[in-house]
Amino acid sequence: MLILLFLVVQVADNLLAVEAKSIGADDGKSNFSIFPRFSELFAPKTPDFVGESSVTYLKQGHDILLEGAPESTEVQEGTATTFAVQPPNFIGLAPIPKVLVEVGDEVKAGDPIFFDKKVTEVKFVAPVSGEVIAINRGEKRSIAEVVILADKEQKYKALAAFDLDKGSREELVAYLMENGAWSLFQQRPFNVIPAPGDVPRDIFISTFDSAPLAPDANIVVAGKEAAFQKGLDVLNQLTTGEVFLGLNAKGEGAPSTAFTEAEGVEKNWFHGKHPAGNVGIQIHHTKPIGGQDKVWTLGVQEVITLGTMFLEGKYDASRVIVVSGAEISEPKYVRTALGAKVGDLVKDQTVADNVRYISGDVLSGEQKTADQFLNFHDDQLTVIAEGDYYELFGWLLPLSPRPSVSGTFPNFLFPDARFKADSNTHGERRAFVVTGQYEKVLPMDLYPQHLMKAILVNDFERMEGLGIYELAEEDLALCEFVCTSKQPLQQILREGLDTMREQS
Amino acid sequence: MKKALLNFFQRIEPDKKKSPFLHTLFDGFFTFAFSPNTTTAKGVHIRDGMDLKRTMVHVVLAMQLCYLFGTYNIGHQHYLALGQYTGLLEGLHLKIAHGLIKILPIFIVTHVVGLGIEFYYATRKGHPIEEGFLVSGALIPLIMPPDIPLWILTVSIVFAVIIGKEAFGGTGMNIWNIALLARVFVFFAYPTYISGDEVWVSALEKTAVDGIPTYMSAQYGWAHGFFDWIFSGVGWSTFGDGGVLVADGFTGATPLSLAASGGWESVTSVYTESQMWWGTIPGSIGETSKPLIILGAIFLIATGVASWRIMVSMVIGAAVMGMILNGIAPSEFTETTPGIFKFMAIPWYYQLSMGSFLFAMAFMATDPVTASSTNTGKWVYGFLIGFVGLIIRVMNPAYPEGWMLAILFMNTFSALIDHYVLEANMSRRAKRTQVAVS
Repeated sequence: MLILLFLVVQVADNLLAVEAKSIGADDGKSNFSIFPRFSELFAPKTPDFVGESSVTYLKQGHDILLEGAPESTEVQEGTATTFAVQPPNFIGLAPIPKVLVEVGDEVKAGDPIFFDKKVTEVKFVAPVSGEVIAINRGEKRSIAEVVILADKEQKYKALAAFDLDKGSREELVAYLMENGAWSLFQQRPFNVIPAPGDVPRDIFISTFDSAPLAPDANIVVAGKEAAFQKGLDVLNQLTTGEVFLGLNAKGEGAPSTAFTEAEGVEKNWFHGKHPAGNVGIQIHHTKPIGGQDKVWTLGVQEVITLGTMFLEGKYDASRVIVVSGAEISEPKYVRTALGAKVGDLVKDQTVADNVRYISGDVLSGEQKTADQFLNFHDDQLTVIAEGDYYELFGWLLPLSPRPSVSGTFPNFLFPDARFKADSNTHGERRAFVVTGQYEKVLPMDLYPQHLMKAILVNDFERMEGLGIYELAEEDLALCEFVCTSKQPLQQILREGLDTMREQS
Repeated sequence: MKKALLNFFQRIEPDKKKSPFLHTLFDGFFTFAFSPNTTTAKGVHIRDGMDLKRTMVHVVLAMQLCYLFGTYNIGHQHYLALGQYTGLLEGLHLKIAHGLIKILPIFIVTHVVGLGIEFYYATRKGHPIEEGFLVSGALIPLIMPPDIPLWILTVSIVFAVIIGKEAFGGTGMNIWNIALLARVFVFFAYPTYISGDEVWVSALEKTAVDGIPTYMSAQYGWAHGFFDWIFSGVGWSTFGDGGVLVADGFTGATPLSLAASGGWESVTSVYTESQMWWGTIPGSIGETSKPLIILGAIFLIATGVASWRIMVSMVIGAAVMGMILNGIAPSEFTETTPGIFKFMAIPWYYQLSMGSFLFAMAFMATDPVTASSTNTGKWVYGFLIGFVGLIIRVMNPAYPEGWMLAILFMNTFSALIDHYVLEANMSRRAKRTQVAVS
């Protein structure tokens, strides 16, 4: 009798769902069944500041808690005096661009420094005003960095005003390319600078960074709300689709009003551990990219730079960055500009011996010496210890605590413990053996290990089918961290992306 | 201490060009003692503390209780057959000594042969020694009968490691489970040493009393003599000379062979349920004690080293098949039917606790290299092992156990399962991006 009743209810319930689908009301998000979904029963409580909006809960992921986060949220004036523009920061550029300045030249912020010989319209400009003191070359005479010693008093190149309401898209694009704003965009797939003719399907902006020791975007945007909104307005003119903003529903408080009250954009809330803040993950859960699609992504500070161009008529590449890591005396937020010199940033700090400077976070950043410069898209300097030591039976009985997702370490007993990580590999490279561990930390419907194997054997169809277009290095960085076989996933992915880019 | 050891190692490091084999060997031992000082270069700057050595050693740790009990049980079964020291703790020193005499040679030969081949290939291919054989080498002794001749063991390991692993490219590349490959080699090449009723209890030999064939304990060798010398020194009981006839009613049959011939009744006429549960029954060395295997499985799941998906789905698969068999041949109708129908009628939950099901589930099916590598695939893979394995156990007239064959069979198909899971993922992605465009 009970079973019969249950059957009747079940059939009625299914009919309800079928009806919802046929009239197009079922968009996959609303629940048309009379039974609550499992995910609804067990989902964490939605924070109050989210309001009525729906939240995407990402179960997979892992937050690596490291020592060396800034204690104060106050932004101090930076000590950097030397800055650089680095052509290798831009993927897909020819190694020897046409440099427009010479050593000894005076430049203003916003003056063109170089352009790619293949794409002459897109200008790369000076982040600060000052004197060009060096043009350093790398391998095979490629241009590695154009170094500028900044003036005490910053001078900006005066930009012609541009009326967003009147100008056409072509004029806007030409204006952006001429004045250096085009290089702020990154186009997926491949994370490259868009070609002049490219029209993005959508534009995605993540307003939080979940990487270890990453800066808090709410601090970054404080005082720049108007510029941020202006930047969003400009972006709206550039895409035929929409501008998506990813917001953090896991934070302790509500995100800045610059984000929650932004106009003309589609807002999506995400709740999850790292890499929930990665824009690639957010795209996957909003509107995934196929091989034909092109979407653009920007960081919060790039949007601000873009907005300032239209508000104040100048190229303002000032950045709030976080100087972090357990090896420096005082981790803090500082106000400086794009491409600041690493050594300058830690001038006022005591730095331990034998350290590694990283432009960006510990997962996807790049190793730098004190004489080198932060990369174009990085707003973080991390200083960690080098791990070039031998450890007696380190694989069996590790004596010092270390970050790990593995249950073989007692880390799960101390969920809030912060670790002092170093660059030791904790083991040697091996073939892929353990399975399923990447999926645990990657909140995407994707099989990273199989994708890696497809890349290694150059199987184009598989690479495309398994979603290589959806990924950039930072998205796989956490997978690389957890990899038991110590495989270089980010490097393999980039090789695969390069192959696919040559093919297309 | 650490520094002195490090200096010592660095002083004795052989030249890589002059003696590559020695250098590979040195490297193997050195990285065993010390985590290397390599640092990250490109990509991530910090790495998880977990590496392959640590993964492997946790599997080996999970088996340690099986080793301890297996050693004891070899001796226990021997004396049980003779009708001496039948209490669990009686003659404990003799049982353990006898167990050690049996298991140590097997363990040593396994590792010398297996690691030797591993070292040789590592040198030849110029890569560091990989940890794969740590687990295979620990598993192989546990799944062999205690009396396995060492030359057969050697041949089977040579086959498994060379044909099964190195031919495919080494650790992480093999298609079939190495330990099971070694066992299946013995199974097909030397069936009399690994099947039937006489191989599961150690140190017995055939004899006849009044023309009726029976067994007696074999002559003890020098190792037993050595232990006798010690035991008599401290005034304990000794092994003696052997030649003792077995107790009345001894069969040597395992519960499964009894089940195959006479169903549950004939199993319970020889063994009690608690004996089968605690593992004081004849069988392969490490697979008899269920609680200890379950403890190992819990350890593996808790540390996340082995896949719980495979274990759970394998239990489900075997349970489903067991229920189907029960349904085909309910015990009410098969009381008078001999043979296979009685085997089919054994309640499915007893099927799970008999034989090596749990051992296969915890340690064999979960090998990540040979199992399906996608999470969905693991559910299918585990389910089918349980499903197929029970069919083989019950339906195979020659040998009443199926997990070894079922796992090797599904190893073969694991890539196919993955293929379909990936195809589904690809078509899902194609569909999703189409929707996004329109």
